[in-house]
Amino acid sequence: MKKIAIIPAFNEERNIEGVILSLRQYQPDFDIVVINDGSTDETSTIARKTGQAVIIDLPANVGIGGAVQTGFLYSLRKNYDLAIQIDGDGQHEASEIQKIIEPILTNQADMVIGSRFLLPSKYRSTWLRRLGIKIFSLLNLIFLGEKFTDSTSGFRAFNRRAIEILSREYPDDFPEPEAIFLLKKKGLRIVEVPVSMKIRQSGKSSLTFFRSIYYMIKVLLAISVSMLRK
Amino acid sequence: MNEIDIIRIQILAILGSLGLIIFIINLIRKKRLREEFSILWLLTAVIFLFISIFRRLLDKFSYLIGIEYPPAALFLILILGLTLVSIHFSVAISELKETNKRLLQEIGLIKAELEEKWRREK
Repeated sequence: MKKIAIIPAFNEERNIEGVILSLRQYQPDFDIVVINDGSTDETSTIARKTGQAVIIDLPANVGIGGAVQTGFLYSLRKNYDLAIQIDGDGQHEASEIQKIIEPILTNQADMVIGSRFLLPSKYRSTWLRRLGIKIFSLLNLIFLGEKFTDSTSGFRAFNRRAIEILSREYPDDFPEPEAIFLLKKKGLRIVEVPVSMKIRQSGKSSLTFFRSIYYMIKVLLAISVSMLRK
Repeated sequence: MNEIDIIRIQILAILGSLGLIIFIINLIRKKRLREEFSILWLLTAVIFLFISIFRRLLDKFSYLIGIEYPPAALFLILILGLTLVSIHFSVAISELKETNKRLLQEIGLIKAELEEKWRREK
C-alpha cells in the first residue's frame, strides 16, 4: 500500500524541518509531499534541504484548501492508496499518525479526523474557536445526523475514494468543516479518533478575531447552500 | 420647465445614450471588451436611448409601477442595470479565481514533475 503525507505550508520556515523529520522518524514508509503555498520565507529551501520530501512550490498563494487539494491531485496521479494531511506548523504530532490511519487500513472509514476533543485533554484554544467548533458540530448533527467533535481539525487521513472526490472539489479557505459535508453527501464513511495536539511551536495562527468571524459566516453559508445542491 | 428646456435635456440624453452605445461598440471592435461583458451595458444604454427619444415612455412606465416622480424611474432603471452588471462581474471573478487556482496547482505539479525528471537524469 502506497502511503503519502501531505503537508501544506505557508511561511513555516521555523517549523517545517521538524515536521518532516519527525514524520520520517515515526512513519518511515510514508512518502512526503510539502505544498509550499507561495511562502515569502525560506520554507521551500529548508524543506528541500531535508532531502526527505517532494516539494511543490505554488507560484502564488492559493489558500490552505487549494494547497491541500494540490496534494490530493499529486496523490491521485502518483497512485497513492492512503494520504494523510498534517499541518506544517508542527501542532499535529507524528507519533499520533498511526491512530488516524488505523480505520483506513482496516477499511472502516474513508476519511478519519483526528479530534482534540474526544478525550479530556489540556488542549485549549480561544473561546471563539471553541464556539465555532460547537456551532459546526451542531450543524453536523442537524444536517447529517452525526456528531463530529472537531470538524475544524486539519489532522486527517483519506483513502483513495476520498482523495478522488476532494481532488475534484475542495474549498479554497477553511475547507475542513465543508469537506465533511462533501464526503457525507457522497455517502462516504467518516470516523473521528482521539488524538493529542501541541500548541503551535512558532509563528502565529492564521486566525485573527475578524477572520474567525468571517470563517464562521463563510462556512455556515457554504454548508447551508451545499445542502440545497443535489 | 418650459418646452425649450425639455427639448434641450432630451437632445442631451439622446446624445449621451448614443455616445455610450458607440463607445461600447468601439471597445468590442477593438477587442478590448468581450461581447459577453458588453451585452448588459448595451442593453442599459439602449433602454436609455429609447426613453430619451420617446419621452412618454418614462411617464407611462412610472405610472405603471406606481412611481409618482418619473425621473425617479430613471434612477431605478440605472441602478438595476448597474446591479446586474456588478453581479455579472462577481460571477466572472469567481470563475476566474477557480481557473486561476487550477492553473497555479497545475504549474506547481508540473514543476515538481520536471524537477524529479532532471534529478533522475543527472
